[in-house]
Amino acid sequence: MALLSKKDTGLLLDPLADNNPITIQVLGICSALAITAQLKASIVMALSVVFVLAVGNVVISLMRNIIPSKIRIIVQLVVVAALVIIVDQVLKAFAYELSKTLSVFVGLIITNCIIMGRFEAFALGNGPYRSFLDGIGNAAGYGLILIIVGFFRELLGSGTLLGFKVLGDPIAKTGLYAIGYENNGFMLLSPMALIVVGIIIWIQRSRNSALIEEN
Amino acid sequence: MANTDKNSYTIIFAVVMVLVVGALLAFTASSLKPTITENERFEKQQNILYAMGVNENVEGSVNFIPTSEVEAEFSKYIKEQLVIQNGQVTKDSSAYLIDLKGELAKDMSERRLPLFVGEKEGKDYYIIPLYGKGLWDAIWGFVALDADYVVQGVYFDHKGETPGLGANIKERYFMDDFTGEEIMSGTQYEGITVAKGNNDPLNERKDDGKVDALAGATITGNGVTAMINSTVKLYIPYIKDLKL
Repeated sequence: MALLSKKDTGLLLDPLADNNPITIQVLGICSALAITAQLKASIVMALSVVFVLAVGNVVISLMRNIIPSKIRIIVQLVVVAALVIIVDQVLKAFAYELSKTLSVFVGLIITNCIIMGRFEAFALGNGPYRSFLDGIGNAAGYGLILIIVGFFRELLGSGTLLGFKVLGDPIAKTGLYAIGYENNGFMLLSPMALIVVGIIIWIQRSRNSALIEEN
Repeated sequence: MANTDKNSYTIIFAVVMVLVVGALLAFTASSLKPTITENERFEKQQNILYAMGVNENVEGSVNFIPTSEVEAEFSKYIKEQLVIQNGQVTKDSSAYLIDLKGELAKDMSERRLPLFVGEKEGKDYYIIPLYGKGLWDAIWGFVALDADYVVQGVYFDHKGETPGLGANIKERYFMDDFTGEEIMSGTQYEGITVAKGNNDPLNERKDDGKVDALAGATITGNGVTAMINSTVKLYIPYIKDLKL
């Protein structure tokens, strides 16, 4: 770790596991439910949030001494909104079909609690480099859960991964389908995303009992 | 460092921020506009071809002709693009770019209604664009009829119907049900009704002009019914003339 100090490494890696925004802080759940029926949409959403949070954190951090405290929430909103519109336009221009799949959810990045939360909790009090690492770390923690959920929902719900038929062809009855396996359409509905997230939280807490809250 | 708590500072900061961000977004939007317009154009071509059955569907999912090929396929299958205005039918090779929403808002005499004639394997398809209202926002689509006014395929899309409910009008299991339904009952215009409780969930009766509704999406379904009935009606007299 010559490149990053211990603290910097922590900024980057903690949100991936023991301080994960979704499973520990339970932020950003709405989009985790909505867009994870396909792995591809999960990955693009994760990348979009990484971009918005990393750049947004740096911008807010650079401006942290000149932002008037009375309107700081509005300034944060303007920064997120501008970045999100840019992401939306770029997707529409270069990944049109994907932008239709994500439709309103790209716009909803604005309301993703993780982003405003990191601006307020971290970027306003830290330098741009650290804020950048914090942004990447938290967005990656969010994205990681999104991708895990997307993986299981697409695999079990549609029998595909990134559109490839990995379990065989359900019509021609090849692969697993030949021995009577059926896709579980229930996995494609949003409630199943919540159940998958719940299972991840369960596994995580039974591996690390320090995460379990005292009542 | 300036006193960031002063009112004057706050106001100046807000004004400068709005100007900078506004300029940045305007620049982004105008530089990406041509690419986005091109994508929307391809999408329309894909939708029109989809309705007449030119697509790459596999079981259960909607698959369009790839954007790289759609322009060539469009000119191959769509043999005529027509515009109907004031009872006059004229050819117009950019008819597919007409914005139906705008046209439907105009007076009858100024309305330019696009109609597409496609041909696949020796059979003619009359493809009619649709536009209407769902529960939350606009819904639109295309319906392809054959010369006997039997539906050969449809494509629906929506701007913001409820995910999991009304949004499912663009799913195969809903759209595929329309194929085979008849728009006319004898010589009488009947349209197609998205019906609840017609005791035909598998849609085995093709001649009743009814398809099974989506559970939990009553208003979106009614919107589809209204959209088909009001728009297709306008075209029926012209299709009769075109058939010859």
